[in-house]
Amino acid sequence: MGLLTTRTKAGDQMSADRTHDQAPDGEHRGGLRVKRGLAEMLKGGVIMDVVTPEQAKVAEEAGAVAVMALERVPADIRREGGVARMSDVSLIKGIMAVVTIPVMAKARIGHLVEAQVLEALGVDYVDESEVLTPADEENHIDKWAFTVPFVCGARDLGEALRRIGEGAAMVRTKGEAGTGNVVEAVRHMRAVLGGVRRLQALRHDELMAEAKRLGAPYELVVEVAETGKLPVVNFSAGGIATPADAALMMQLGADGNFVGSGIFKSDDPLGYAKAIVAATTYFDKPDVIADVSAGLGKAMRGLDVASLPKEELLATRGW
Amino acid sequence: MLALQGDVREHLAAFDQAGAEALPVRTADEILSVHALALPGGESSTLSRLIRIFGLEAPLRHRLAGGMPTFSTCAGTILLSRAILDGTVDQLALGALDLRTRRNGYGRQVDSFECDLDVPVLGSASFRAIFIRAPVIEGCGPGVEMLAAHEGRPVAVRQGRHLSFTFHPEMTGDLRLHRLFLDGVGELLESDAPLPAEGSVA
Repeated sequence: MGLLTTRTKAGDQMSADRTHDQAPDGEHRGGLRVKRGLAEMLKGGVIMDVVTPEQAKVAEEAGAVAVMALERVPADIRREGGVARMSDVSLIKGIMAVVTIPVMAKARIGHLVEAQVLEALGVDYVDESEVLTPADEENHIDKWAFTVPFVCGARDLGEALRRIGEGAAMVRTKGEAGTGNVVEAVRHMRAVLGGVRRLQALRHDELMAEAKRLGAPYELVVEVAETGKLPVVNFSAGGIATPADAALMMQLGADGNFVGSGIFKSDDPLGYAKAIVAATTYFDKPDVIADVSAGLGKAMRGLDVASLPKEELLATRGW
Repeated sequence: MLALQGDVREHLAAFDQAGAEALPVRTADEILSVHALALPGGESSTLSRLIRIFGLEAPLRHRLAGGMPTFSTCAGTILLSRAILDGTVDQLALGALDLRTRRNGYGRQVDSFECDLDVPVLGSASFRAIFIRAPVIEGCGPGVEMLAAHEGRPVAVRQGRHLSFTFHPEMTGDLRLHRLFLDGVGELLESDAPLPAEGSVA
């Protein structure tokens, strides 16, 4: 717990990293502020799943703040089944070569070597993702050991704080990826932010019991209770398919949106991408959302999450 | 505070702590009504796109031509530059700063860093600077004053009423640069000099 304490205090990021030496002017790479800081810069933006360099260009043109380089979007992973792994290295490189915005890529939960490979490639963020088939059903990656920052999925506050305790520099809701159904993203966003609000109402002497109940590091529980917010940026993900979905997640308190299958499984990817970007910025202006939603054609076909067999749910991967 | 995308919240908090009345602006009318404008860190290509599709380019150019003071960090500095290298096709360069600026000039996120900077205009105590996928200023016009440099290249500059940085003073809790800007705006508002023009675009 001692180690965790020094590593989670924002002012102590100097002692937070094992692997990075400092130059005489205090020059320092891979510290907490730099890792969490990139996510701060992405706030209010949309991060889009892309499977080809051409799609990455479309996303950039539409105003995406970053792209997630993937071999298959979640909707196809869901349909085709099999083991879903880190994307092909040449594909990721091809996407990195054609866009100027940050490029993210996914590693399997617990697959530290996939993450090392992604870091070596120079991707800007690693998503330790339940959309891929987990490599470890017990442990997540020790994200403090990396210079590259990580984003992780969460269904509630306890899960978000466990990932932050492991070094995640950004969190997102898990939602239920590849369904085009926003219901799980809404559930998870309300659970995370409702959890934050509940902590603020507790007395200090109640926080240890609450940390036990949440299964979350005590120091982070205290920090959230005191500041009233998560220590890292919190995006929504997993089922956002329309401009109105994107704005809904922002009104519920998301810092930004990941959109996966929703864009390139729609009738008009560029149109949907632009409209979702605009709806994320002007999330509280229904007239703007109405404007950008007009004439877009069909959204991706959605799935009823309740009808999915338990073993097909992605959100229950990881803990 | 231009609030289309980026680390708007951090800037608002910093200006608030420094004693200013800071508010987010996202529409043409709002841009036309403020005394000074801060442009945040974010993705400059995204900001460029949003400014264009929501008709904010004309009001921004109008206010900049009228002498509106600006405070800009990272992506904001790119937007205000005269020339942008490694930008997207047609990326907006508002040209208020006589700078030639290269996007992601240090490399990718794994090359992001923080360091101590000497900023003589703030006195002898160094300033902790956080560079995140930061741009590099590769050329400055004669009217640009360099306030701080890193490895021989300017990272903090002043040009008339504009204060611009390639790093993120809003992320450190050190408010000295925000205060420097607010002092300048305060003097301008109190002086007899014509106020930065408010009003509609002709």
